[in-house]
Formats: sequence, C-alpha cells, structure tokens
Amino acid sequence: MERVPIVKIGQTLFVSIQVELQDESVLRLQEDVADELAATGAHGVIIDITAVEIVDSFIGRMLTMIGSISRLFDAETVIVGMRPAVAITLTELGLSLKGVRTALNADKGLEILNGRS
Amino acid sequence: MEADGTQVRMADYLRDHHDKVLGRWSELVVIGLRGRTSLEEVQHELGELYSLIVRVLSAADDHAAVELRAALDEMSRSRALNGLTPSETALAVFSLKEAVYELVADAAEMVPEFLAFSRTVDDLGLRTVEAYTAAREQIISDQATTMLELSTPVVRLWDGIIAVPLVGTLDSARTQLVMERLLEALVATGAGHAVIDITGVPTVDTEVAQHLLKTVSAARLLGAECTVSGIRPQVAQTIVSLGIEFGDIATKATMADALALALEHAGLKVVPALWSGYRS
Amino acid sequence: MDELPIRSGDDVVRVRQHVRVMAAENGLSLVDQTKLVTAASELARNTLVHGGGGVARVEVVKSPDGRAGVKLQFSDDGPGIADTDLALRDGWSSGTGLGLGLSGSRRLVDEFELNSKPGAGTSVVVVKWSR
Repeated sequence: MERVPIVKIGQTLFVSIQVELQDESVLRLQEDVADELAATGAHGVIIDITAVEIVDSFIGRMLTMIGSISRLFDAETVIVGMRPAVAITLTELGLSLKGVRTALNADKGLEILNGRS
Repeated sequence: MEADGTQVRMADYLRDHHDKVLGRWSELVVIGLRGRTSLEEVQHELGELYSLIVRVLSAADDHAAVELRAALDEMSRSRALNGLTPSETALAVFSLKEAVYELVADAAEMVPEFLAFSRTVDDLGLRTVEAYTAAREQIISDQATTMLELSTPVVRLWDGIIAVPLVGTLDSARTQLVMERLLEALVATGAGHAVIDITGVPTVDTEVAQHLLKTVSAARLLGAECTVSGIRPQVAQTIVSLGIEFGDIATKATMADALALALEHAGLKVVPALWSGYRS
Repeated sequence: MDELPIRSGDDVVRVRQHVRVMAAENGLSLVDQTKLVTAASELARNTLVHGGGGVARVEVVKSPDGRAGVKLQFSDDGPGIADTDLALRDGWSSGTGLGLGLSGSRRLVDEFELNSKPGAGTSVVVVKWSR
C-alpha cells in the first residue's frame, strides 16, 4: 500500500499526492496527518493535488475530514493545485469542500496560512 | 436483392436509350440553370448519376444504392458550394422524369414502369434536399460553437483580478464553457479574484442563478474569490421575488464597484496622484 | 465490450484507468473524461461497498448522428435499493458530500439508468458522448 509522505517545513506540514490513491491509502493519510499534527504542533497543512486527476466523493470527503481534524489541532488546511477539470467535476458533483481553504499553488497556500491572525 | 419487374424493364429501357435520354436530361438541366454551367460539365455529372440509377433499378449489385446516395450527396454539396439553391438541385434530378416522359409518352405499355420510375426519381430528388439541409445544420452548429467561444472572453482587470463579461443567455452549455475558460485563466494568470459581469445577461431566473453559483463554486476551489457584477434594478427585483439566495457571494451593480471591492481585498487603494510639478 | 470485476479497492482503481483510456480514445474532452471517470469511480465504489462486489462493463457506442460515446454498466447481486427515487433525489447544492454517489454521478453523464430492487441486486448504466 502506498503511503503518502508528509514533510514538515517550519510550522507547516506538506502533503503532495502524486499517485492514484487507493481507499486504504486515503484512510491511512488521514491518520498520518492527525499523528503528525499531534506530534509536531504544526499550524498548517498544505495538501498539493496538482497531480491528482480524479477526485470523487470519497477523496473529497477525505480532504474535508483532514480539514476538520486539523482544526481540532488548531491548524488550518489548504488544498492547492486543483486542476480545472477536477474543480468543474467536483462542482457538478455537488461538493464544495467546505471547511478547507483552497489556493492555486503551494506559495499562495503558505500566504494564506501565514496571513491568518 | 430481388428486382422488381417494372424496375428492371425501366432499367433496360434507360440503357437502350442512354444517349437520347441523357442528352435531353442534360439539356433540360442546363436550361434550368440558366447558363451557369456548360452542357459538357452537366452531361458529365449526370452521366455518372445515370449509370448508377440504371444499376440500382436493375438490382445488379448491392453497392449501387450506396454509391448512388453518395453521388447525390456530393451533387447536393458541390451545387450548394456553387451557390445553387436546393430547389434547383432537386429540380435538376426531377427533370430526368421529363426527359424519359418525352420518349415514352406514346408507349402505352410503359405506363406502369414510368409511374414506378417517377416515384423513384422523386425520392432521389428529395434526397438532395435532405443532404443540403443536413449540411446547413452542421454549419449552423459550428457557428453556434464559434459564437459561444467568441462571446466568452476573459480579461485581466488588474494584477490578480480577472473579469468575465457575459453577454447573452447563460444556459448549461455556456456555463460549462465559462467555467473552463475562467478556471484556465485563473491558473494561467495566478489571479485570486474574478469578477463575473452579467450586465449582458437578459434574464436571471433560478436556472441562471444556479449556473452562476456553480461557476463561483468552481472558481473558489481554485482559491479565487468571486464577485458578480452588473445586477440591474429589474434583475435585483426578480432575484428577490424568486427567492434566489446568493449566499456569501458578493454582488455589485457595476464592474467598477466590483473592481473597487477586489482591489480592497487585495489590500490596494486608488488615490489621487500628487502632481509634484516635476518635469523630465 | 470489456468486463472488469469489482471485488477490491484495486479493482476500482483499475476500472478508473480503463474508463480513462476508453474516454480519451473516443474523443471526449478532458473535462468530459474527468467527469466520466469520476462517475465510474463513484459507481464502482458503490458496487463494491453497497453491492458486495460486482462487475463493470465498458463499451464504445455510436449515436444516431455519428458521435462516439462510452457506455458503462455497473451491476451487482447485492441487497438492492429500496427507494430508488430517494436515492436519486439530491439536487445540486454546495453540500458536504454525504450520500452523493448516485445523484452526483447522474449529473456527470449524459444518460443514466438505475434499476434496482431489494433482494434483486442493482444495475446502473451510464453513457457519455463526445461532442
């Protein structure tokens, strides 16, 4: 099973999803992010989905849940790099990913994390 | 394919009187075209059709029918390209009946054959009209697509602020295109704010509002904030009376107002320039 | 027509990849490919999770006016859906995503047919056309 690596830089956890995630890996990622937040006290999570071609409701829920989990640790999550085709599909599907911020790329994601009061 | 006796007899007749019938048919067509084509050209085009028609009538092979249809479609197409009306093309086909009739008029025994033949030629003539219509519809469809694309420009108002002025109705096909264009522009320019101007959208009903909400939703997934501008007074009243909720999407009367709001969000302000009197 | 089993999470991934290839090969735009594959993912997942496993059938079809399309069928012998109307009811809304599988998938495709009875399994057939 693929485990998505989580890299900590400063006060931010970076997660870059590069491969087609299997359900198990998705659930594993949620657990790993929770563990890392608890262990490091990071203030923010950036999930880069630039390489993700398909986001269905399961993956969408996972992303929203990671958002909720991080809030419990007083951290904020930003999803970056969503592809236009994915955004259009998610919108049609009826998913708005409430509870997570989104940004065009990691740089902008960081701006959001650092800008918050 | 079993051949109809009457058709086979007509096929034989046409074969036997090939030159005379073809010649007369060509003459009639040239007259109908009022000199826009030469006799040689017409005779060449009709000659091919003639052979195909004979083959189909004599049920010589199954391919003949397919080839005849293709030849009629091509005839319809090339004549349309040359500016001839579909009626002129159909009449050209119909005049084959006249050419044959002139010869069989006195032959009473050919009446049943001629009637059947007449019906066959009618179908062929109608086919050219159908081919013409289908071709026109394709052109209209292509033009509609082009118009759709041309009427959905995305402009850059300022660093990080783009605008999509919508003109015309916002149906689901248009919405798809708008979403694609807008999102691609967001990625390309790195903009964080989009202004969707609906001054040019004639009616805003529940469906249009849903399309707008979808578009904003998609843009937000790319981290952009959106403002809908161009809300005219009547539109505002319609929106309220229909109970449409724009939720947390900012709406403004004009694009100027929307631009001011976007600049504010970007932490910018427009102030009068101070004239220092410096001359270069 | 290609038949793919849906018995595990890996199978769901395989179905996605297969549908992606078929969609691309038959002229669907990138957005339409994404929509179809996403719908396939939803439906395959439904088949696995709610249907106890089943099969996916992928076929290329042709419309009356000559356009190519991709037709998918997901079937299982699971418990079936008692109230199909209810299952399809969700209107579009910016919701949180719970239970959107069927109604959401329907919005992503051009044709959608659901057949299900309690105790008699479920079959979903969808078609997406190239433009």
